[in-house]
Amino acid sequence: MKIDTSSPPERAARKTGDFASALQLTTDHDLCPGCGEPVALRALLDAVESLGLAQRAIGVVGIGCYTALTSLIDLDLVQALHGRAPSVATGAKRMRPDTLLFTLQGDGDMVNEGLQEVIHTAARGENLTCVLLNNGVFGETGGHMTATTVLGQRTKNSLEGRDASYHGHPILIGDLLARLGGTGYVARGSVHDAAGVARTRRYFERAFESQMRGEGFSFVEVLTMCPTGWFVPTREGPGYLDEVLGSVHVTGELKVDGRLVGA
Amino acid sequence: MRALMEGSEAIAEAAIAAGCRFFAGYPMTPFTELLESFAKRLPEEDGACINAESEIEAIGMAWGAAATGARAATGSTGQGLSLMQESMSEITRAEIPIVVFNMARGQGDYFQATRGGGHGDYRHIVLAPIDVTEAVDLTQLAFHLADRWRHPVLVYGDYLLAHTAEAVSVSPATFDEALPEKDWAVDGSLGGSGRSRNLNPIGMQKGTKGIDPDSFWRRLQEKQDAIEAAEQRFEAEHVDGAELLVVAFGTMARFARYVVRELREEGVPVGYFRPVSLWPFPSRALAEAASGARRVACLEQNAGQMIDDVRLAVLGSAPVVSIGGISTDAAGFGIGPLLDPAVVRERIEAALAGREVDGVLGGAIA
Ligand SMILES: Cc1ncc(C[n+]2csc(CCOP(=O)(O)OP(=O)(O)O)c2C)c(N)n1
Ligand code: SF4
Ligand SMILES: [Mg+2]
Repeated sequence: MKIDTSSPPERAARKTGDFASALQLTTDHDLCPGCGEPVALRALLDAVESLGLAQRAIGVVGIGCYTALTSLIDLDLVQALHGRAPSVATGAKRMRPDTLLFTLQGDGDMVNEGLQEVIHTAARGENLTCVLLNNGVFGETGGHMTATTVLGQRTKNSLEGRDASYHGHPILIGDLLARLGGTGYVARGSVHDAAGVARTRRYFERAFESQMRGEGFSFVEVLTMCPTGWFVPTREGPGYLDEVLGSVHVTGELKVDGRLVGA
Repeated sequence: MRALMEGSEAIAEAAIAAGCRFFAGYPMTPFTELLESFAKRLPEEDGACINAESEIEAIGMAWGAAATGARAATGSTGQGLSLMQESMSEITRAEIPIVVFNMARGQGDYFQATRGGGHGDYRHIVLAPIDVTEAVDLTQLAFHLADRWRHPVLVYGDYLLAHTAEAVSVSPATFDEALPEKDWAVDGSLGGSGRSRNLNPIGMQKGTKGIDPDSFWRRLQEKQDAIEAAEQRFEAEHVDGAELLVVAFGTMARFARYVVRELREEGVPVGYFRPVSLWPFPSRALAEAASGARRVACLEQNAGQMIDDVRLAVLGSAPVVSIGGISTDAAGFGIGPLLDPAVVRERIEAALAGREVDGVLGGAIA
C-alpha cells in the first residue's frame, strides 16, 4: 500500500505546550501537535533540575526538529553541526570536567550523519551523556528513512516499507553502544505513555548520576512520536510508536554500572 | 633561551606559551609532527591532546573546547582541512575563537584558506609565516587575534616550515590591546537564570522563536569589515626604484626575498612584497608598493591562486605575471624544483626581461 505524503498534518504545526519545566523559558514552540520531542526534553530538564545540576550543565545540540526547542531551554548550550555534537561535547567536557555535559540529537543526526562520532566518544569512555531522540525518521526534512527505521516501516523514501534486501537493516544503536568498553550506563526509554515518560526521566537521572560519579560514557535513547513524519493521525502516534518502533528498539536499561543488563 | 627546534615543535611550544590547552588532530604528512608535539607537551601543561577519529571530529573537539573559553586549536594538511570546512564556516558565524594550522603540502590551498572554503558567506583570518622564527610569533598572534575578534584564525604553514629546524626562543608574547572578557563562553553557570547562553551560528536567541537574519548578518559583516581594515600585515623590501615587484608568501617568499636581495646587490632593479596576512590581503600596501613598478610577478607554488588577489590590489596599474607553478617531489609534497634559489633567480630575471615562464615544474628542471 502506498502512503499519501501530499497532505499536511491534521492541525497547523503550531501549538502552545501544556507542559513546563523550571528550566524552560516558555512553553510556546513550533513543533507539531503529538510530537514526542518536547515531552522527552521536559523529562531531561526535570532530571537536570531534580539533581540540582542546573548551574553546572552544558548541552550540545544537533540538527533536527528538536533544534527549534533550544530557544526555550534555560541551560548553557552550544549548537553543533548535524551529526557532530559528540565531538563538540568531548572538547567542552575535557576543558570543563566538573560540568554535566549532554548532547541532544536525533536518529538521523546521530545514527546516520554522525555515527562514528558517537561510537568513538563512547569507546573513548568520554565522561558525558549522549541523548538520542529516536523517531525512526528524518522528521525535519519531512519523514525520510533513517538508519533506525524498522523493517516494514513506511517513510517518504521507503514507500512500500523498509525492505532489508533493498534498504538494509536498522541499527540498534543503544545495543551497539552498550557492548563497548567505554560505556557505564545505557538505557532506552519511550514517551508514548505516562509510565514511559516517568521511566525515561529516571533513566536521565541515572545517566547523569553516572556521569557525575565519573563512570564514563552514558547514553539515553528515547523513542519519540513523529505523527507527521510517520503520516499517521496525531492520536495514533503513541500506539504506532509502541507497536512499530517499540517492538524492535526494545525499551529498558541495557547497561548499568558498566555491566550489561541480563548478561 | 634559544634552542634548535623543528617548525612543528616550535609552533606547538608557541601555542602553549600563548595559553593553548587543547588540541585535537589526525595524522597526515607534513602535519603529523605538530600533532606529535602537542600530544607530548599538552598533558605536561594540564591540557589535553586528543587523537580524533577524523579531521571532522578534530575540529569539532576544538570547537567544543573553545566554546568553554579555553584556548584551543586543531590542524591538518590541505585534504584534512577540506574535511573541516563545514565546521570552519559555522564556527566563523558562531564566533568561536579557535586556531587552525594547515601544514599544507604546498601552496595549492591558498583559495581554500582565503575564500571561506566552506558554504555560506564568511572569511576568516589567515596568517602565513615565512620561517620558524616568524611562525613562533604568528602562532601567538593567531590566538590573540582569535580572542580579540571572536573569530577563527588559520595559520598557513607547509612541509618546509614543519620540518626545518631553526634556533628559536619561545616566550609568551605581550600585546597592546586588552582582550574582551569571554562572558559569552559556556560554563554552565547561567542555567535557570533566564540568561543562559546558546552559542550558535544563525543568531538564535533564547526566549524568542526564530531569528532576526538582518541584524545577525549585518553585525557579522561589520565585524569582518573591521577585521579587514585593521589586520592587514605585510613585509616589503627594495620597493623604491623597483621595475619588477616580486610578490610571494610563506616559504616561497623566503626564496624570493633571498634572490631579490642578491639581485639588488648586483644593481638589478627588483623589489619584494610579502603578504603576511593572506586574509585580510594587504591590498592597500601592495597597490602602493607596485605603483612605481613596470611589472608585478607572483611567485607561488601552485597553478596561480594568490595572483587573483594581486591583480585585484594592483587594479591594472601594471601587468601581473605568474612566475611560480605547481612543483612537487615524486611523493606529491610541495618540495619540488621551484624551491631552489637558482631556479627562482632565473624566473625573476625572465620576468624582468618580459619573457614567459612555464607554470608546471616537474622533475625536468634540476
Ligand atoms: C550536513 C547536513 N546534511 C543534511 C542536513 C539536513 N537535515 C537537517 S535536519 C535533518 C534530519 C534530522 O533528522 P533527525 O536527526 O532524526 O531529527 P528529527 O528531525 O527527526 O527530530 C537533515 C537531514 C543538514 N542540516 N546538514
Ligand atoms: S516532524 Fe515529527 S519530529 Fe518534527 S516536529 Fe513534527 S512530529 Fe515532531
Ligand atoms: Mg528523527
